[in-house]
Amino acid sequence: MTDLKLYRAMLHIRLVEESIAAHYPEQEMRCPVHLCIGQEAVSAGACAALGPKDYAMSGHRSHGHYLAKGGDLKAMLAEIYGKATGCAGGKGGSMHLIDLNAGFLGATPIVGSTIPIAVGAAFGSMMKNEDRVTMVFFGDGAAETGVFYESLNFAAVKKLPIIFVCENNFYSVYSPLEVRQPQDRSIAGMARAIGIESIEGDGNDVELVHRVSAEAVKKARAGFGPTFFEFTTYRWREHCGSEYDNHIGYRTEAEYLAWKAQCPIARMEARMLGSGKASQTALDEIRAELDKEIKAAMLFARQSPFPNAKTMSADIVAGQPA
Amino acid sequence: MNQAATMTRQLKFFEAIREAQDQCMAKDPSVYLMGLGVPDPKGIFGTTLGLQEKYGPGRVLDIPLSENALTGVATGSALVGMRPILTHQRLDFALVAMEQMVNQAAKWHYMFGGRARVPIVIRMVIGRGWGQGPQHSQSLHAWFAHIPGLRVVMPATPYDAKGLLISSIEDDNPVIFLEHRWLHGISDHVPEDVYRVPLGKARVARQGTDVTIVATSYMLLEALRAAQTLSEQGLQAEVIDLRCLRPLDDATILESVRKTGRIVVADTGGKAFGISAEIVALVSEKAFSDLKAAPERIALPDFPAPTSPALSDEYYPRAAHITAAVLGMFGRQPESSLFDVPKGTRLDQPDSSFTGPF
Repeated sequence: MTDLKLYRAMLHIRLVEESIAAHYPEQEMRCPVHLCIGQEAVSAGACAALGPKDYAMSGHRSHGHYLAKGGDLKAMLAEIYGKATGCAGGKGGSMHLIDLNAGFLGATPIVGSTIPIAVGAAFGSMMKNEDRVTMVFFGDGAAETGVFYESLNFAAVKKLPIIFVCENNFYSVYSPLEVRQPQDRSIAGMARAIGIESIEGDGNDVELVHRVSAEAVKKARAGFGPTFFEFTTYRWREHCGSEYDNHIGYRTEAEYLAWKAQCPIARMEARMLGSGKASQTALDEIRAELDKEIKAAMLFARQSPFPNAKTMSADIVAGQPA
Repeated sequence: MNQAATMTRQLKFFEAIREAQDQCMAKDPSVYLMGLGVPDPKGIFGTTLGLQEKYGPGRVLDIPLSENALTGVATGSALVGMRPILTHQRLDFALVAMEQMVNQAAKWHYMFGGRARVPIVIRMVIGRGWGQGPQHSQSLHAWFAHIPGLRVVMPATPYDAKGLLISSIEDDNPVIFLEHRWLHGISDHVPEDVYRVPLGKARVARQGTDVTIVATSYMLLEALRAAQTLSEQGLQAEVIDLRCLRPLDDATILESVRKTGRIVVADTGGKAFGISAEIVALVSEKAFSDLKAAPERIALPDFPAPTSPALSDEYYPRAAHITAAVLGMFGRQPESSLFDVPKGTRLDQPDSSFTGPF
């Protein structure tokens, strides 16, 4: 995976999320959105280690994972706009993204709930003797759920081809980590104690994320079982919505600015320009291409029709109607 | 085996369930079976005996005590092409997994616009008797029947247990398959070959013209006993074995009530906010002008099942209660001996062969 590809993947996510943030106040995207601005390196670096036949799953903050796994942008934006052309036909919105062609099996917003489902996908792949690895993304809050421990335990017992990616951004909505978990204990340490090889790292270093993810994927493919990553990172905007909320009291502008200075995209830019791996022109070209793609996808979403009301009672059950 | 013997082969309910799983695993490599204690020497009340030996621990497996996550695992494996059967030795244990069943499995097909399917079967046992008590005997089938996206199946005969389980395994939706502990030991004619009983069709177990008794699960047996007693007193009850709650067979229930004009619902669950309430609502809405008497419901009282037999004996309604309710609809008093319990009969066991503990 070239540096340029990693950079492009991160910038793609950043520009999509910023576009959503710009349009959100128009009140036409009528569902909750949980943007991942600031956290792009985890999505881009980890998913770059997966192949098209591999699986990924996520939670409410899934736009970056969906896109980095190869999910269709038009279908994602249309879904957020509640259109018939959305990836879930307008039934799910931002919190229920799916793209089976890209191996993105689904994202649902009950924290922790897709962890066992992803473990099941890995279990099923193993039972079918298929060469597939599954990756599941979640945050620090998920590491407090019971189902987190149950899922990791099962993956360890069965040595499943699954990679657990925890994005620790230190907040669960407005609750800081220190009111939820003991300060002298790490999430990776918990996973390690359950019996899974666990690695902690700087989630804003896309090359690091990609390197360790690729090693974990290779290990899983070879039948050596699961790996757990705890990547530290930071979300720039509010938990849910398009605005900044560093002034309402649960965190400080100073903390945000310190993390902004660690912007994964800016760091990668500086690294590539500094080492001569890319020119500013090349980076600008990438940005221009992405802008064009995103503009067209936004237009597609906004111009797409809404689903017919009759579809409201469709697809309750598969096969025969209930 | 000659045809006559095939026609009369008797199997117990638990053997019929075992055979359904065995035959489905034999014909479809995507079917697998997991649950707490599945390879145990007692084989989930006999329903899984020998299956791990036959299909190996890769397809028939024990699991950690993590019902919630393993329900998610079943869902995830179904998304990628497997067809899991997950077992719980009591419905009460499955409650730990309500989030995965209700938020995830039941809604997955709908919330992703029909793009994915979750073909899982979750078998649960409804406990009763021998002091099972408040947390080992709940019959919360109404909770599951309330959830769009789930199928809910409650066979009352060995024939239906096998046919409905095969249909459930072949169904592309999450199916909650409920087995009553007191039915595991009953015998019935069960064909050897693979056969299916369609979901969503009730069965008229006994024809009659004077009253419709709709029964779920074990209460079918009590309803048939009541029908026998009523027949001796000149009243012919039509007994409907509901056997599938979702989808519900409205048509069979309504056709019967339009004929008899009277309905008693006998349910294994609580009376309050349950299946009997749903059926009475259906009949009130769609057959109101055909009713000759107010509907009656025979179900559990509005508190948990107590443990001591002195209490549980009074807790569970039986045939006598159904009989009394029907007689009341005709302005008749039951005989004083109706509620007598024969000497030597204990009400906290299905029959004398059951000697505890689970």
